[in-house]
Amino acid sequence: MSEKPLLTTPLHSAHLALRARMVPFAGYEMPVQYTEGVLKEHLWTRQHAGLFDVSHMGQAKLRGADPLAAFEAVTPGDFRGLKPGRQKYSLLLNGDGGVVDDLMAGRPDNDGLFVVVNGACKENDFQVMAKALAGQVTIERLENRALLALQGPEAAKVFTHYAPETAKMVFMDIRVMTVWGIDLIVSRSGYTGEDGFEISIPADMADDVWNILLSNHEVMPIGLGARDSLRLEAGLPLYGHDLDETVSPVEAGLTFAVNRNRREQANFPGAARVARELAQGPARSTVGLKVLEGAPAREGAEIADAAGAVIGVVTSGGFSPVLKQGIALGFVPPAHAAIGTPLKVIVRGKAQAAEVTATPFVPHRYVRKA
Amino acid sequence: MRFTKDHEWVEMEGDVAIVGITAYAAEQLGDVVFVETPEVGKTFKAGDGFAVVESVKAASDVYAPVSGEVLEANTALGDAPETVNAAPEAAGWFAKLKLANPAELEALMDRHAYEAYLDTL
Repeated sequence: MSEKPLLTTPLHSAHLALRARMVPFAGYEMPVQYTEGVLKEHLWTRQHAGLFDVSHMGQAKLRGADPLAAFEAVTPGDFRGLKPGRQKYSLLLNGDGGVVDDLMAGRPDNDGLFVVVNGACKENDFQVMAKALAGQVTIERLENRALLALQGPEAAKVFTHYAPETAKMVFMDIRVMTVWGIDLIVSRSGYTGEDGFEISIPADMADDVWNILLSNHEVMPIGLGARDSLRLEAGLPLYGHDLDETVSPVEAGLTFAVNRNRREQANFPGAARVARELAQGPARSTVGLKVLEGAPAREGAEIADAAGAVIGVVTSGGFSPVLKQGIALGFVPPAHAAIGTPLKVIVRGKAQAAEVTATPFVPHRYVRKA
Repeated sequence: MRFTKDHEWVEMEGDVAIVGITAYAAEQLGDVVFVETPEVGKTFKAGDGFAVVESVKAASDVYAPVSGEVLEANTALGDAPETVNAAPEAAGWFAKLKLANPAELEALMDRHAYEAYLDTL
């Protein structure tokens, strides 16, 4: 391990004031939980609204003659077809079709492409983009901006009070707007499966926005612990666990991020592998698993078939506070990937019954119609 | 009640040792969602992992504070793991042990010494 000092977000002192438990994450000292703890923070977000500091994530603006067209050289998404005011989930791919990172890219205005990548990957991501897109785009890192996520069934009620124009936004809309006299980039999206917003804020105004949102009785601060259990219930992959440079979009079950026209053009990194896996099936498929007995199966736990032969591995797993049982994502051969297939997970040497389950484990509640 | 630096406790009831995790440990773990208690009849040396306690986020080993044989496990924790948070040093006990070496108890901290130890953390 390197001994580089941990970075902090603009909200670091706000977390300490709330007596958060701070841990190293993605090179930053981040709140893993506040005083309520992971379980209560998780359930609060599902029932009310949770406020997350995700300022460790990498924000950037890509500009150039045609940044949308250029971005298609490193991703399998239809960015030429991305309309102003919309964002897309996409994948930064290596030449073998492995996932370098997953990301959001959108058009909050008519000025280039706004990209948000994972904190732990951001230095490499922007190097990969700069190299592949040299001469076509300039990349402005928005290191002077914080990022908050307001998530949960009461998020829209809270935020539309301050920003009435967000009431008309639907899932994956993105806009620039001025609220409280502050220039914001607001998307209706998140990483919990709930309705909500991700809000990019000039760093020096982050404390103010944080405090205003927290002054609502519906809103509680939520740490990275609950962020992880919420995204797992929502069936959303976590980079470095469910996704890495060996995993293809097909293996990950993210074929939706490979747009049809891009498939036909076959002009993105790893297009040949994606075409082959779509035609013949991948070597492994990501499945959701419910653990039907015993302890939660966590990352690294082996997955066995009904006869006990090891066929796969859990890539992330834990306890679902909503379902009150163990849930997991993992890789198995496609022959074992059908919903309802009985499998085993091996936890501390014990084979426990599990079953392939459709994801999300807990239904998404995205707002798709205004 | 006697305590270890790993935050387990032991209380003698006649010649039976009741063991569990301390209030401090329960607070550090957060909400307990699963407990794996040891099988009756198994023997452990002091310091062996003898149970597992899981929060939403992680699994943590619980170490035997003393050597001995498991006489009874608190199977009620299977349906009510939250008891570990509600009453860690009472109804949230993990197991009852037959001591292999009662002298081991003397090496453990009393409550005063344990609280002084917590102040150093």
